[in-house]
Amino acid sequence: MAPVNLKYAKTHEWLSLNGDVGTIGISDFAVKELTDLVYMGLPNVGKTLNIGEVFGEIESVKAVSDLYAPVSGEVIEVNSNLPNDLDLLSKDAFGKGWLIKIRLSNPGEAASLLDAAAYERECAAGH
Amino acid sequence: MRNRQATNLLFELSQLGRRAARYPACDVPARSLAEMLPTELLAEQSPDLPELTEPDVIRHFTNLSTLNMSVDTHFYPLGSCTMKYNPKRHERLASLPGLIDLHPYQDEASQQGMLAILFELQEMLGEIAGLPAVSLQPAAGAHGEMTALLTAAAYFQDRGEQRTKVLFPQSAHGTNPASAAIAGFECVQLKGRADGFVDLDELRDNLDDKTAVFMITNPNTLGLFERDIAKIAHLLHDVGGLVYIDGANMNAILGITRPGDFGGDMMHYNVHKTFTGPHGSGGPGAGPIAVRDFLANYLPGPIVSRTQSGGADRFQLTTPPKSIGRVRSQFGNVGILLRGYLYLRTLGADGLKAVSEQAVLNANYLRAKLADVLPVPHGERCMHEFVASAEKSKSERGITALDIAKRLLDFGYYAPTVYFPQIVQEALMIEPTETESQQTLDAFADTIRTILNESSEFLHNAPHDTPISRPDEVKAGRQLVLRWKR
Amino acid sequence: MLKTVGVKSVDELFDQIPRELRLDRPLHLPPPLSEIELEAHLRDLASQNVGASGRVSFLGGGIYDHFVPAAVDAIAGRSEFYTAYTPYQAEASQGSLQAFFEYQTLICELTGMDVSNASLYEGASAMVEAVLMAMRVTQRRGKVVVLGSVHPEYRDTLTTYVRHLGCEIIVVPTPHGTADPSDVARQIDDRTAAVIVQHPNFFGCLESPREIFTVAKQRGALSISVFDPISLGVLRRPAEDGADIAVAEGQSLGIPLQYGGPYLGILACRQEFVRQMPGRLVGETVDRHGKRCFVLTLGTREQHIRRERATSNVCTNQGLLALRATVYLSLLGPRGLHEVAELSCQKSHYAAEQLAEVSGLELAFGGPFFKEFVVRSRGNAAEVARRARTAGFDIGPALNRFPALAVEFGSSANEWLLVAVTESRTKNQIDNLANALRK
Repeated sequence: MAPVNLKYAKTHEWLSLNGDVGTIGISDFAVKELTDLVYMGLPNVGKTLNIGEVFGEIESVKAVSDLYAPVSGEVIEVNSNLPNDLDLLSKDAFGKGWLIKIRLSNPGEAASLLDAAAYERECAAGH
Repeated sequence: MRNRQATNLLFELSQLGRRAARYPACDVPARSLAEMLPTELLAEQSPDLPELTEPDVIRHFTNLSTLNMSVDTHFYPLGSCTMKYNPKRHERLASLPGLIDLHPYQDEASQQGMLAILFELQEMLGEIAGLPAVSLQPAAGAHGEMTALLTAAAYFQDRGEQRTKVLFPQSAHGTNPASAAIAGFECVQLKGRADGFVDLDELRDNLDDKTAVFMITNPNTLGLFERDIAKIAHLLHDVGGLVYIDGANMNAILGITRPGDFGGDMMHYNVHKTFTGPHGSGGPGAGPIAVRDFLANYLPGPIVSRTQSGGADRFQLTTPPKSIGRVRSQFGNVGILLRGYLYLRTLGADGLKAVSEQAVLNANYLRAKLADVLPVPHGERCMHEFVASAEKSKSERGITALDIAKRLLDFGYYAPTVYFPQIVQEALMIEPTETESQQTLDAFADTIRTILNESSEFLHNAPHDTPISRPDEVKAGRQLVLRWKR
Repeated sequence: MLKTVGVKSVDELFDQIPRELRLDRPLHLPPPLSEIELEAHLRDLASQNVGASGRVSFLGGGIYDHFVPAAVDAIAGRSEFYTAYTPYQAEASQGSLQAFFEYQTLICELTGMDVSNASLYEGASAMVEAVLMAMRVTQRRGKVVVLGSVHPEYRDTLTTYVRHLGCEIIVVPTPHGTADPSDVARQIDDRTAAVIVQHPNFFGCLESPREIFTVAKQRGALSISVFDPISLGVLRRPAEDGADIAVAEGQSLGIPLQYGGPYLGILACRQEFVRQMPGRLVGETVDRHGKRCFVLTLGTREQHIRRERATSNVCTNQGLLALRATVYLSLLGPRGLHEVAELSCQKSHYAAEQLAEVSGLELAFGGPFFKEFVVRSRGNAAEVARRARTAGFDIGPALNRFPALAVEFGSSANEWLLVAVTESRTKNQIDNLANALRK
């Protein structure tokens, strides 16, 4: 179940807003699809991201997926626990498995993201 | 008999002070190293290599070898890889003095016999392809792809054409786009039709004056001949583009049809597949390319050319006038090319055609024997290989393609290629090659039936009788251990 | 079999190939030969060549007549290694996988680097793969700095590969056989993806890799070392010189000359770049019973998954050659490698001294060298090589064989000849060569 307090991108990233700081992760739906995660590549603090830009990648044994910035902004924190403990993602994708925090440069962009119900419809439709 | 205990690493077997190779005492007036080499460049100590006797080394590697399946020991129906028998005569002949001990920088007068072989091989490969200009330089199939694409790029550049796109079907080998990227092209992937063939409308929609090359494997990765190949070639040629034939599946069409005759402008061979270069646990290969005459001037050098003086042939190494330059050092993987030469000289034209006929017959025979349990979703018959689906056994009994592949190992068969191409669910890509007997194919088909009657739970844990059980690939990927450490 | 398939003839099997595309004549190929005829034919052709068993070889230029112990051939000829394919099915391929894991470990020990892949085609393309890797790591594509003393065929290969990638190749001249580190430093800027140093270099001379690599590091470029595996029996390892990626031609490690290949491309690097590496990698893991075993790993870098964004288009390793190198290094051990290196060094220095005393010959460059050196003949180098051949010796290659050197060194290249001396040569052979050239 996708938490209702979050916003979602069709590409399976979620966004939690706190003022102009956004926390970004990926949904447990996406984590389950990938299975057998082996590696997570995340950006450095200070990197500026544009909406839709690739900011990292996540690899399983047999597949690799890009991660896309759901909004624009500057990376201010990276979840440093994650690369060494990928199980955080499968156990708690919407909590301890968060990926990065960014300071939004254009908070208006968040409005274009999906709510939980719309995101679940997307997943059910097989996207 | 397999020695299952013998899996210690070299480094664990090492004992201080042991050694195998011994070298003669220095017979020239010896100096200290510091006299010859600047001390600031010297190593403090020799690298920490294992210390072993020759018997240690031989037993270690001999025991390791018994943990492998191979063509000489097992049926190896690995689709797309053409795992045929490698004749032993090739080994003796390729090791003759005068061949094995030739240095690439010798003077040309002392390598005329070798150059004659390589020249004749160029001619034969040109004839089999129907494409007259050949470069033997590429070291493997993917290397050949890249070389041909660089050759095409040079040709277009020379004509002042700005062509930026390389197209290929979704089912293409992954090396196709990877090679195109190195050659600086933008990659355009076509979806193709549901039956795996190229969709002519889709292709037409994607062609324009930016199109450089369409890369296609024919027969395709489903083991089917692309019926529309001539139309495809016309479409490409109409917009000024070129057609590249990935020659991975040449074993199906030797002497039957030729890439140059069905519209291809460039192709590569996999000598290690089609012409019996040993696979060597992953290499070496040789990936010579053949191209149309208008591309010949752009090929990498050196190429062997022939002149005649006083009635005798003289061979020399030449570089084409507008050559793209080298794609590697030295001439090429001559040791493998030599085996290809020996194979072609053994077979001749009729023998070579018979190879494809038997390969296609064997594949169709096995396909028919398995049709009721492992149906083939595409095509009524196949060429040299077929892609069966375990979808039925998966839905009915929970037995997947991977289960079948793994369980086959227990019965002494190497596994077919699985889950490729992705167009087929639960794909098993099976290529028996011409060197397998009907008895082997029958036994293999019986084994598949046996496996499909086993319990799915038992199969999920297969293999049971191999030196190791299924390895933990997630652990390997998460905690990278890529070398032994003390 | 036809009946089972449901066709009347073999010809019918090919129905899916349109008639008009079929070849309606036999291929024009020479007639088939029986094994007896084939052997006679090949022996005849082989006898028209003169290899290292026919003339005493002092040939070099990256490929050397180092001794290959018989045990290497015995293992590499094992059918189970020889006729297996890429170890996709780990359960039935532990022999190859463990051998490649051992290979990777040996290359790490040899170079001091953290990780080695399971091998590439050969030296030149391995060097280019290192450059492409450096571009990905540094995110710089503008410029590559390469010393003029790097093997000319390697430099030619680099030019071919990067031509369409918008990359400028700066060649730092080495008129006296080696580069002046300050000349190299001047060329390295914030657009530079990589600096390439071959050491010992193509002329046999020793460069100053540490000085050059220090500057590269300061300016954010990667340092690529092209090394001679045998030299590491006496010379400092690439990692200690500050190399980020170390590449080599591995032919010296138990691989026969065989006129140009197949050889062995070695590539090793620092741990932090492992995900940008090209080529196959073998990793350790456990099976379901907890038993140690080996698998191909980091497959997501490769073409079948990442397609045009793969780290390389290379999809095999040189398995059999990597195996040869593994057996070779196991047989030598640390002392054997040191002895091969030291003997080659001693004998080449003796040979240089003897040849320098021959009237009309001198050493082209004064600096230190490892196992090969350039002699200059006032007059024509090709003539010297011809006289050597007449007496049963092969020396060379003549440097004017390489178009790049003919351009960079002008007519001097006509006077220069490489001479390589391995542990296999004897004092007698060296003395006889010098005597033959005195006449």
